[in-house]
Amino acid sequence: MHKEFLMGNAAIARGAIAAGLNLVSGYPGTPSTEVLETTAKINNGSIYVEWSVNEKAALELGAGAAYCGARSMVTMKQVGLNVASDPLMSLAYIGVKGGMVIMVADDPGPISSQTEQDTRHFAAFSKLPCFDPSSVQEAYDMIQDAFKYSEKYHTPVLFRPTTRVCHGYASIEVKDENEYETNRPEGFVKDSSKWVIFPRLSYNAHIRIEERNAELSGVFSDYERNVIIPEKKACRKGIATHGISYTYTMEALRDKEAPRIFKVSTPFPFPEQAAVKFLEGLDEVLCIEELDPVIERELTYICGKYHLATKILGKLTHNVKTAGENTCASVSADIAVFMGWDAPEKPSLEEAPALPVRPPVLCAGCPHRASFFAVKEAMKGKKSVFCGDIGCYTLGNAMPLDMVDTCLCMGAGVNITQGIGKIEPDTSCFAFVGDSTFFASAITGAVNAVYNQADMTLVVLDNSTTAMTGHQPHPGTGRTMMGEIVEKISIQEVLRGVGVKIVETVNPLELDKAIDTVKRVSAEKGVKAIIFKSPCAVLIKGNKPAVIDSEKCIQCKKCIKTLGCPGIVMRDGKVAIENSLCTGCGLCSQVCPCNAIGGAENAE
Amino acid sequence: MQSNILICGVGGQGIVLTSKLIAAAAMAHDIPVMSAETIGMAQKGGSVFSFLRLGDDLYCPMFPERSADLIIGFEPAEAVRMLPYLKDGGKVVVNTHPIMPVTATLSGSDYTGSEMLDYLKRNAGDVLLVDGDKACEELGSPKVLNMVMLGAAVRNDVIPFSVDDIEDIMKKTVKPQFHELNSKALRY
Repeated sequence: MHKEFLMGNAAIARGAIAAGLNLVSGYPGTPSTEVLETTAKINNGSIYVEWSVNEKAALELGAGAAYCGARSMVTMKQVGLNVASDPLMSLAYIGVKGGMVIMVADDPGPISSQTEQDTRHFAAFSKLPCFDPSSVQEAYDMIQDAFKYSEKYHTPVLFRPTTRVCHGYASIEVKDENEYETNRPEGFVKDSSKWVIFPRLSYNAHIRIEERNAELSGVFSDYERNVIIPEKKACRKGIATHGISYTYTMEALRDKEAPRIFKVSTPFPFPEQAAVKFLEGLDEVLCIEELDPVIERELTYICGKYHLATKILGKLTHNVKTAGENTCASVSADIAVFMGWDAPEKPSLEEAPALPVRPPVLCAGCPHRASFFAVKEAMKGKKSVFCGDIGCYTLGNAMPLDMVDTCLCMGAGVNITQGIGKIEPDTSCFAFVGDSTFFASAITGAVNAVYNQADMTLVVLDNSTTAMTGHQPHPGTGRTMMGEIVEKISIQEVLRGVGVKIVETVNPLELDKAIDTVKRVSAEKGVKAIIFKSPCAVLIKGNKPAVIDSEKCIQCKKCIKTLGCPGIVMRDGKVAIENSLCTGCGLCSQVCPCNAIGGAENAE
Repeated sequence: MQSNILICGVGGQGIVLTSKLIAAAAMAHDIPVMSAETIGMAQKGGSVFSFLRLGDDLYCPMFPERSADLIIGFEPAEAVRMLPYLKDGGKVVVNTHPIMPVTATLSGSDYTGSEMLDYLKRNAGDVLLVDGDKACEELGSPKVLNMVMLGAAVRNDVIPFSVDDIEDIMKKTVKPQFHELNSKALRY
């Protein structure tokens, strides 16, 4: 063993490798992404690593490997599990041979997600065991436990950290390489009575699964990470908690007469006997949870089942807030109320001056800004609707661009725009989708549009990377996570192949041409596509910053008011370029009515 | 013995690397360390912070309000935003150069930073002002702000390591072509 300073996600990757990992697949999504990236980075070639095209593909790939006896891990964020839920639900009945851990990162807050869904429910719904780590060290240790239980019980298991565990760093104890387990997969052994799902098999599997989960509830009651910490002083109150909230609880109770604490590390199957032991002699229990009141409902159920008089408090009783993430402060305050202690002291500061708001914006030089602006200019005065999607380009909703009217989930914009078009035929309907999202889940939408005679313009914002989550490769980039250079899959050819007759590719930073293309293409009937192709500004070496000719500039601020680029600022009351940010993309010089902005090389 | 440090500023100022260097120095001294920072969407020009904790018996990388021994503010308004985290008697090391958000540019706000510095001086006992802009200009690169800020904090004994400790770690972390410039910035 030795010590290292690791991010939670890196610790998960390292733990999985120490457990004898053979294959990892996934789809990028905050806060899960670094698990797979870390594995790829330290891979000595013995582990197969891939960014799959989406979570469903990743999970099926991981299942195939585990059928062969390989130890596989599949990584995704919580909404990714929605995409992968079809194979997940069936795989629970089929089971696996090698250990298979499905690492699903939840995002209380939400900090960078569409929903505050709780994967612990998915565990109960799919009847799969679930592990819920509370710290970086525990994530490292627990992922190894997860592989053991998975292999022992021939079932995939869920491993569910949350953002603060995934993205927290800590100095932790990790194994030396000679302590790692190794696993040599036996290979796929044909047995259609085992690997082919049929109603009869499912019926029998259902019986076995329920028996196994009853057994696991008992096994987990003795699991060392489901901990009951005795009260420091006789007290008839208790706190039940989990994950990062457990650490907030322990911080809040530092130097205090702490009540009895129950830390639940396996929310499913719930460690019922341990819970009964925890509840013994308690009048009241406060459940401190993030996302949904899973522990609270279980304890309420157990109190009913065992005729216990303990009062269970938490989100359902409004003793803990129902939405958003917990913090050290919120947990301290909730505990103080519950224990009848004085509220934690607030800082005694005078009221702060109005603080600048810093909402996330498209980067300086981002080609999406030009794409949105081109469409906005082309459609000025025409009735149109702009359906957005998931990625950096969701930020096109911000003022002054204001070009994202809807955003729902991965790939949804392509179909939503069709629905709007069927009800409002006089509206020009646009769907914006990024290149990675296109491959992940917009191709079926394009096929649907062509088949069902939609009238819409599909705008693919192709910056040749998965920018939002940190620049992962995808089928259009020609690179894989194993370092191979492969043939790029052409978005243009895919669209032509599914029957989109008009597909034009244009560089959005050539603004006049881009505007003209949008006007021309969108005027056609049926399904047509424009691919705005220009690389992500973060990945290219920029041009020289733009230069403002102070003699020509009339301070009309059109550049600022129409583009909202962080590279253009007001300095001493005058429009100025922020040289540390400007990439010289040349967009502002094409917008300036006085030709006062120059210096950028690729301006027309 | 625990020490809680909060580093804050705007995305792109090098806050995460600063936090990593202090953490690595702690590791080199066999001191347990934890940290947590803003990652993802908020990084794009948004407020960025890093919580850093050194010492034994730590449960989580975040700490509650009124518990930071030190706030290193890379931007005046961001230091004000995080000031509730400062404990009584804690220290603030702050860069005097403000960064205008895009929204301020759009709305024509007249945020200058000086009102923030005045507020800090009135509400925190121990404030060290660092003219980061001038330092970067003299050193010849806007990229060394983090080293200037870190150096100022270290040289004023608010971080339990020496400049040499931090310099050693920096040399192990940063590409060789930047060593000389960073060393100068640490001692600016």
